[in-house]
Amino acid sequence: MSLIRNGSIVDNDWVNVGDDETLPADVPVFVSLTRWLAERETLMGRNTPIGVTLSSSEAPEAIIDDLDRIQVIALQFPTFKDGRGYSYARLLRERYGFEGEIRASGDVLYDQWFAMSRCGVDAFEVPEGTTIEAFNEAMTEFSLVYQATGDGRQTVMQLRHRS
Amino acid sequence: MYRYDEFDHTLVRERVAQFSGQVKRRLAGEMTEDQFKPLRLMNGLYLQLHAYMLRVAVPYGTLSGKQMHMLAHIARKYDKGYGHFTTRQNIQYNWPKLDEVPAILEDLASVEMHAIQTSGNCIRNVTSDQYAGAAAGEIDDPRIWSEIIRQWSTFHPEFTYLPRKFKFAVAGMREDRAAIRFHDIGIELVKGVDGKVAFDIYAGGGQGRTPMIAPLIGTAVPADDLIAYVESILRVYNMNGRRDNLYKARIKILVHAIGAEEMKRQVEEEFSHAKNDPNLTLPAAEIARIRTYFEAPAFETLPDISDAFEKEKTENKRFADWVHTNVATHKMPGYAIANISLKPIGGVAGDASADQMDVVADLTNEFSFDEVRVTHEQNLTLPHVRKQDLFTLWQKLDATSLGDANLALITDHIVCPGLDYCALANARSIPISQEIAERFEDLDRQHNIGELKIKISGCINACGHHHAGHIGILGVDKKGTEFYQVSLGGSADETPSVGEIVGPAFTEDKIADAIETIVETYLGVRIGGERFLDTYRRIGKEPFKEKLYVTN
Repeated sequence: MSLIRNGSIVDNDWVNVGDDETLPADVPVFVSLTRWLAERETLMGRNTPIGVTLSSSEAPEAIIDDLDRIQVIALQFPTFKDGRGYSYARLLRERYGFEGEIRASGDVLYDQWFAMSRCGVDAFEVPEGTTIEAFNEAMTEFSLVYQATGDGRQTVMQLRHRS
Repeated sequence: MYRYDEFDHTLVRERVAQFSGQVKRRLAGEMTEDQFKPLRLMNGLYLQLHAYMLRVAVPYGTLSGKQMHMLAHIARKYDKGYGHFTTRQNIQYNWPKLDEVPAILEDLASVEMHAIQTSGNCIRNVTSDQYAGAAAGEIDDPRIWSEIIRQWSTFHPEFTYLPRKFKFAVAGMREDRAAIRFHDIGIELVKGVDGKVAFDIYAGGGQGRTPMIAPLIGTAVPADDLIAYVESILRVYNMNGRRDNLYKARIKILVHAIGAEEMKRQVEEEFSHAKNDPNLTLPAAEIARIRTYFEAPAFETLPDISDAFEKEKTENKRFADWVHTNVATHKMPGYAIANISLKPIGGVAGDASADQMDVVADLTNEFSFDEVRVTHEQNLTLPHVRKQDLFTLWQKLDATSLGDANLALITDHIVCPGLDYCALANARSIPISQEIAERFEDLDRQHNIGELKIKISGCINACGHHHAGHIGILGVDKKGTEFYQVSLGGSADETPSVGEIVGPAFTEDKIADAIETIVETYLGVRIGGERFLDTYRRIGKEPFKEKLYVTN
């Protein structure tokens, strides 16, 4: 898997750490929500970036008090059909004001990147070999939107009634 | 009618370009069928038993003559010369070729039409009352609000991968011709406390294997909060609807599991945030902009009684029969609503040939201010016809086999495609419908029986609305043999009910007899002008059961 963040292909130096594994020092790690809730104090004491992975059945409510201590939230898409993460992303951005990275992880299709980014996802795990050109094309297939989200795009309605 | 502005045009054209690229990649072998499937489904392209099937959206069932001509053109050029009007007020083509689908979508876009979100687990085409803008007593024109929902739901970034498909219906008044309580969200326009337009919002209705009548969730929601409120319902559903079992994934299952009160609480909690989001408040200027497209056409001032019309009725019994069943009261004096039956005896419910579509398109233009509607009962409606024109209209319809006088009678069925076309079906529906129609072909007998809605599904998914039929017929497969289960007393109007199964299923050769027995039982006990449904509600299923399962 490659990583596209804010429109560029970047190195992914994050390590996913299982619930029973020892935390490696000096590297940014992802832990599960379960581990985060169990070892919150210890994890917040580390001086490397920390990420929390939310499975598609874990709504972000459980971590809203910790959002300023978490650098990355990875939303899991076990299958492209499971669209719960779109709501989680919007809640994180628009209601809870999360300013860190929201990363889409798992079974994410080319044709879903645009909608996810509209919901607040700003980093995507993509198949090896994905080019930035393909990504940019997918993000620009539609030049207009009907719905307002937290991405600040002007909607068709706003464009119609701009003075 | 609504007309696209530059923005609507751009979005539809960008969608055509996107899908054309996807088809090209598929045909070049750059994509597998598995990868292509979710993409084609988002554009209404299914793989059926014999071929691809393309479902074209007809938002809230409204078409212009020009659009109807285009549907005819597509049927002729890309299909086998006919199309099938559906219970979603859409049209389906059963034989398109994959490499021609982009061209079909281009043709549709040229008349402001598309196939967007006619399948997939997203918000589907919004349906509404075919008498919108024509019926007396409307709170407001439901098409205005349906169009607002159409735009809001098109490519919604959050709600395109829902647990399951999601259907809206909007009624402009209490009288319900859109079956709103059988929808995921059903909206009834009401007057709010301030006297302005507001919405009673029902959620969690549906048919399928678990029929449910939607409970009221939002009461008199103010007009400018419409989007905030439905977005709140969709978010609760998207996060909490079941995703582990295809058959338990609709919102009705969620509402039933947690209860209407808890659903309401969760929606209100979301709504407490949404209603304070200025981006979700509908601007008065946008409501006004959309309203201008649905202003009443230039009705003439006419006497309510047309002497010519009255004279033709007395002189022509076939015309008088047609008026009796197919013509409804219009809000304007001297005008009428004319329904076109797509249920000729021996035909396929909802099918129309390209030539018939062309005729309807011309009549739409000539007699109905260039508007025609598709109904969820798979017929067509010309909403605004001068009474003095009805006779000429009927003659022209009759000349192309569209003059049947059987609307809402025992030969006017909702019928799913069934095993003749559908990959999911267990049994055939079309031949059963044809057999029943032939049995009751005699028009005087049909008129004597009166309103009786038979709805037929070829499998438990209930696309033929059998749960909501006065008589419902469900095809089931038992060890390779088709059986038909009969239910009684369903209704999809403003007094909704789910039909009750009357007893063991019938074999194909016994089903028409069973229907006849039910009808004769009804005729024997009905009081005065009681409709079948009224009689059933008065006496229940036992008298029917006794006659149906009498042992020899």
